[in-house]
Amino acid sequence: MIFSENRFPLFGIMLSRVMQGAQPWSVVALPTGLARARVQRHICGAMPSHPAIEVDQLVKVYKTTRAVDGISFAIERGSIIGLLGGNGAGKTTTIAMILGLVMPTSGTAKVLGAEMPRQRYQVLQKMNFESPYVDMPSRLTVRQNLTVFGRLYAVEDLAGRIARIAEQLELTDLLDRPSGKLSAGQKTRVSIAKALINRPEVLLLDEPTASLDPDTADWVRGRLERYRQERGATVLLASHNMAEVERLCERVIIMKQGRIVDDDTPPHLLRRYGRETLEEVFLDVARGRGEAAREAAQ
Amino acid sequence: MSAHTSSPAALAPHRIAAMVLRYVYLLRSSWPRILELIYWPAVQLFVWGFLQYYITQNSGFFARAGGMFIGAVLLWDILFRGQLGFSVSFLEEMWARNLGNLMISPLRPLEFVCALMIMSLIRLTIGVVPVTLLAIAFFGFNIYGFGIALAAFFVNLILTSWAVGIVVSGVVLRHGMGAESLAWTVMFVLMPLACVYYPVTILPDWLQSVAWALPPTYVFEGMRALIIDKVFRADLMLQALALNALYFTAAVAVFLQLLKSARRSGSLLQSGE
Repeated sequence: MIFSENRFPLFGIMLSRVMQGAQPWSVVALPTGLARARVQRHICGAMPSHPAIEVDQLVKVYKTTRAVDGISFAIERGSIIGLLGGNGAGKTTTIAMILGLVMPTSGTAKVLGAEMPRQRYQVLQKMNFESPYVDMPSRLTVRQNLTVFGRLYAVEDLAGRIARIAEQLELTDLLDRPSGKLSAGQKTRVSIAKALINRPEVLLLDEPTASLDPDTADWVRGRLERYRQERGATVLLASHNMAEVERLCERVIIMKQGRIVDDDTPPHLLRRYGRETLEEVFLDVARGRGEAAREAAQ
Repeated sequence: MSAHTSSPAALAPHRIAAMVLRYVYLLRSSWPRILELIYWPAVQLFVWGFLQYYITQNSGFFARAGGMFIGAVLLWDILFRGQLGFSVSFLEEMWARNLGNLMISPLRPLEFVCALMIMSLIRLTIGVVPVTLLAIAFFGFNIYGFGIALAAFFVNLILTSWAVGIVVSGVVLRHGMGAESLAWTVMFVLMPLACVYYPVTILPDWLQSVAWALPPTYVFEGMRALIIDKVFRADLMLQALALNALYFTAAVAVFLQLLKSARRSGSLLQSGE
């Protein structure tokens, strides 16, 4: 094909979209991060074509427990994907394997094409992680913590970066206070500041709004959404909060007992299960009514 | 740029410096932590110093070998405090539940180890240097009078302390805080075998060969040779150095294996009991 995506990237994408029935300009105006990232990738021409995160037949067995049982999925660059599941579903173990913190029993987890944990040093610079279950040193001030992590990630103009990120996350007045003396909401904002300090291309979030009041949680979601849009970053979000997933995520992967039981966009999930909210879909899956709900909806 | 090198063996000074800065911030934030570094070595010095003072008044041999106990206790502190300085800095990450953040950062395990070694030196300097000055002031014992021998003693003792600290940190990494007490107790297993306060010949024959497998034994024998016979035993120091090279390399290999095992077992996620 003369106007292939490879030879004339932007035109190639538009042409292929037109052939699929879309308006030529729609590719430029596509609201999703996925389309934006694709356009950026083709314009720049330098970025490789592999997905941001690629999980293939991933298994983790702890002694006799299969925490993760042969899951596969891929996440395109610039998209935000939710990982839903109850306690013990395998979300945290999956994220830990993607981060390289846990070694898979079998299968592979790749980030930006690098296999984790074997090739982790190729990509750790470009990713970050936030979780309420991992703390920052409590005796260090917010500024000291951000300085240490900024230096670990070799952030340029670190003082300026800390000032800007503190302003964005409304932490400026807290910079010289010990992290351990902050409220839960303030600590979460500090953790997010740490997670964003290196401007990650891939951001993994494990229940980022757990233990936050609704107002603070909403504010945090807004900040994460804005960062993703501005940076074109890929975000994998593990959460129990259905409203959060529904608001933020383009696609939802539902896990149960270490397996993926569904994987679709929120509107499609609602339609297929015949439900009004993702919470109802989640309850159908968690209580083993998923199949019946889907059949009833059809 | 070093930050983007992909080789696990590549060490980046800026990341080591970042970790040292993290521990310096911690020390600066807590005066009890600094006081604790000096308190126990000072107590040890006074107990052994006064004991030595009493014995030298009643024994001709000890009168000739003045400072043997004080020298031993100061060198023991280098060994013990060196290991503790390493291990406690590591434990700070476990107590702070910060290990997950570090392990997903570009920090390499060997850079982490380097930072812990530097902190061991800093903590040792804060804890032991004031006590050596107290030894001069109260007991007229100047350990700096050992000259070049002190450097040889120090290098050998600190290498052993780091080797033990590295293994202890690896065990805690793999088995969680249940193994924390090892940091405070493991060095005392070496104390009777390393012959800190008495010559190796006091031990039963079969135990002497065990003692000679430990680098600190050579240091304490060397110290006694220097104080009693006024001879610097370079041969002992070289043998200790060879053993230290062996043990240090083995300790790093064990640490990396335990880290790998921790990744396999998922214990890096938990970082607790």
